[in-house]
Amino acid sequence: MTSRRFFLKSSALAMFGVGAAPAWLSRAAWAADAPSPRKKILVTIFQRGAVDGLNMVVPFGDPHYYELRPNIGIPKPNGTAQGATDLDGFFGLHPSLAPLKTAFDARHLAIVEAVGSPDPTRSHFDAQDYMESGTPGRKATSDGWLNRALPVEAGRRSPVRAVSVGSALARTLRGRNDALAINNLSDFQVRDAQSSATFENMYSGTLDKVLNGTGRETFDAVKLVQSIQKQTYVPASGASYTRSRFGQSMQQIARLIKADVGLEVAFTDVGGWDTHVNEVAAQPTQGQLSNLLSDFGQSLAAFYQDLGDRMADVLVVTMSEFGRTAKENGNRGTDHGHANVMLVVGGGVQGGKVHGDWPGLEPGKLYEGRDLDVTTDFRDVLGELVTRHLGNREVATVFPGYQPKFRNLLT
Amino acid sequence: MRNAKLVAALVALTLPALPAKTHKLKPDEASRQFQKKLPKDKQALHALDRLTFGPRPGDVEQVRKMGVKRWVDLQLHPERIKENPVLAARLQPLESLRMTQAEVVRSYPPRQLIVAIANGREKLPDDPVTRAAVERLVQKYRAKKGDGAQTQDDVEPKTSITDILSGDQIRTLRTGTPAEKQQLIASLPENTIDDMIIALPQPQRQQLFNFVPVDVRRKIMLMNAPQSVLNYDLSEGKLYRAIYSNRQLQELLSDFWYNHFNVFLDKGADRYLVPTYERDAIAPHVFGNFRDLLEATAKSPAMLFYLDNWQSVAPAMANAKAKRPKQGRGLNENYARELMELHTLGVDGGYTQKDIVEVARCFTGWTIKAPRMGGGFDYNDKVHDKGEKVVLGVTIPAGGGKEDGERVLDILARHPSTARFISRKLAVRFVADQPPQALVDRMAAVFTKTGGDLRAVMKTMLDSKEFWSQGAYRAKVKTPFEMIVSAVRAVNADVTYAFPLANQIAQLGQPLYRKVEPTGYSSANAEWVNSSALLARMNFALALAQNRIPGVRVDTSHSGADPEQVAKAVLFEDVSAQTRAAIEKALAENKKPVTPALLTGLVLGSPDFQRR
Repeated sequence: MTSRRFFLKSSALAMFGVGAAPAWLSRAAWAADAPSPRKKILVTIFQRGAVDGLNMVVPFGDPHYYELRPNIGIPKPNGTAQGATDLDGFFGLHPSLAPLKTAFDARHLAIVEAVGSPDPTRSHFDAQDYMESGTPGRKATSDGWLNRALPVEAGRRSPVRAVSVGSALARTLRGRNDALAINNLSDFQVRDAQSSATFENMYSGTLDKVLNGTGRETFDAVKLVQSIQKQTYVPASGASYTRSRFGQSMQQIARLIKADVGLEVAFTDVGGWDTHVNEVAAQPTQGQLSNLLSDFGQSLAAFYQDLGDRMADVLVVTMSEFGRTAKENGNRGTDHGHANVMLVVGGGVQGGKVHGDWPGLEPGKLYEGRDLDVTTDFRDVLGELVTRHLGNREVATVFPGYQPKFRNLLT
Repeated sequence: MRNAKLVAALVALTLPALPAKTHKLKPDEASRQFQKKLPKDKQALHALDRLTFGPRPGDVEQVRKMGVKRWVDLQLHPERIKENPVLAARLQPLESLRMTQAEVVRSYPPRQLIVAIANGREKLPDDPVTRAAVERLVQKYRAKKGDGAQTQDDVEPKTSITDILSGDQIRTLRTGTPAEKQQLIASLPENTIDDMIIALPQPQRQQLFNFVPVDVRRKIMLMNAPQSVLNYDLSEGKLYRAIYSNRQLQELLSDFWYNHFNVFLDKGADRYLVPTYERDAIAPHVFGNFRDLLEATAKSPAMLFYLDNWQSVAPAMANAKAKRPKQGRGLNENYARELMELHTLGVDGGYTQKDIVEVARCFTGWTIKAPRMGGGFDYNDKVHDKGEKVVLGVTIPAGGGKEDGERVLDILARHPSTARFISRKLAVRFVADQPPQALVDRMAAVFTKTGGDLRAVMKTMLDSKEFWSQGAYRAKVKTPFEMIVSAVRAVNADVTYAFPLANQIAQLGQPLYRKVEPTGYSSANAEWVNSSALLARMNFALALAQNRIPGVRVDTSHSGADPEQVAKAVLFEDVSAQTRAAIEKALAENKKPVTPALLTGLVLGSPDFQRR
């Protein structure tokens, strides 16, 4: 901590005195220190509640799919708005995810099928916990994999290198590296400017060793975030985020990335996927799942469009705690299952392709006779992104006790 | 969270490339601090900082007058302390805290009960608001179960608000001042209030929330979502006890042991099981015997559900009967693992993976009767593993039943690793993040000698020279819960609605009853110092002092304008030179008038106030 404080003291920010550094200078200061001209950024999205992966990316080429889901199966690509959007003749996107087809065709969207956790639990609580800690089966892990994934860095680190968009710091970002929880960029400040300056003086002057360093970093981060927040934001290329919490979260992450403030990892989540009843209504584009997927797909597509060339440095990965039963239930819904699907979007992916080994939906191939089986451990996907994208070679500390097998998702 | 600092300091010592200078005290210097006696004039404040949720005005003088030793002894015997009548008054409306588990389920129906009522298997409740809320949920359930074509309108109440209130009254509800709204509600008979709450659409109901007396607030919550009352009551109860109880050490220890045997409120049925868990399994034992406390938690439905033991069955049973394996059936090791790692021995306490499996086998059949309907502990011999087990070298013979688990609890409670682990954890909470080993050893020896008498272990710590040393003084950063309650106590706030404080605690990073992991919250300093949380502390401090927190009233009008005096009034000692300088600078610049309330807020948000 000595080193960190030393660097902070000698930084351009401190030289200009409290509150005097212009926004462009503080932003440039972080960028100049970065080991590479531009940092690689990993954005992770958690679909809480267990999304039905089999209706999100539809295996219309598997003959058992329609046997298992006579009422809620998504029709084969049929040229109408109700059919799946064909990807490769076997898999298709749910029609409400059609906005993602552009990224797929540009080879910037990779899909990993039959991916999940080796732990058999069907408890949302436990499965989310395991996926966020990165240690399936181990409850007492106190930090999260995304925090551990931050590469060890010499020198000054940006105060906004790790951001969880939401009211609380996400489980997956807790740990030894500093991470911010930002619900809304405009909230990240002391609400009264005069008091803010007074607090800043107190915390930078205090002899309290624990509070001094963090206090300084806090006010550096406040200035960075406020300098971004004060400008009005117009997404590029006519990108249009939804007005939902998820859409707005994605827009805030895009703002942080484009402001070049040193963001390396970001996390946000989107809930409501626990579709036991009325998952699919009279039409595939009606019902709970369709509503959720429209918001999800449109916001993700907006993010991709908004960032444009910046996607070369950015990867977005989606996950959900487990999949849902292969067979539909009696309420036009599905129950808790096992394997699921993950999306990886970015300039550096082997996109335009559905990765993974499809175990099939025939009765003998189903996990415990009811669910899609896991053929790719979720840590294989994340481990590859952490190692090859973020450049963190210490994958053994990110996923202790597990050796990820890379699936060549990246170029 | 900020273990980074410790790690960084250690790395700095071993890697020549990094600056070798470190701010951490060298071990011998640290141990010297624990030998240095705390001056007498600081002892009362130290005792209050450690054994209460923070001093209130007048407390330091009172402890001095009584004598610090006598005061500490009294806190160790809460039954001798007369309880504050304000506390009883505040707790009175929180009905769920006094109910049995079955009553909790009936009064705040979970989904299972809604389904049962919808299918005609259960009756509707009698209380009119609960009944209306349940009727609405039953309709919603039916609508959702149907083809989804029914709209929200179908589940909204049929009676209109215009049938209940006059035009003037409705106008007051919509556009009146808070005082006018309060007056109106006070003038209405109870059944009109019931009808009004049932008839108002949800957003309008919610707008009344902060203006109404507590009983009406509860009706509103009940109508919105019956289950939300449980979380509300739990959080309010914990806060009122922390703020108002005269038995401060008992409350502090209840929180400590709940956290040690943590259960996450939002895991399924636990919402219904936690109120009785804290009240009946934890609180009665905090000055009692560790073995009793351990068994109370082991047999509590809350813990059995949280760590999945209620589903754990002998491995042979898993596939024997069912043609198709039932989900989640089989041996579940979760409770066994956390029991040893977190509840008793500690992670380095000398057990193996084999022990985990053996312990899990001992606990097969320890389950819950109808967990989602609020049932109690149950032992199911049919799924118990009857084979021989060997736990930490002790053979538990074949053919046993429920007593296999009880034997395990005996073995673990008596184990020397448990004595050390528990003693150390207490010393970390009450003395310092790195407590002197000699103190931990003495506490552990007493733990072993007395067979786990927790009062005796506490007394050993509170009699020790290490506790009354410079090394312990202000060595701890307050957790969010401690910070917020200590601020409320320091300004002697009048709290008539505590839930907004629970929201603040969550903002600072420590949502009450909502630690997901069985580890509970850490009491280590580094855990609570991060940017978002520090900003939240500052914002809370300003909001509290300036009366911007609903339900909490602070009177700073008599604090005066002398920063040093204002600071001393809430810190109970002299303000640091740095904090004083920052405040004086603000006064000198004087862009807008610095009120006593703002001054108080600045002190509560200062580094000085973050320590205890």
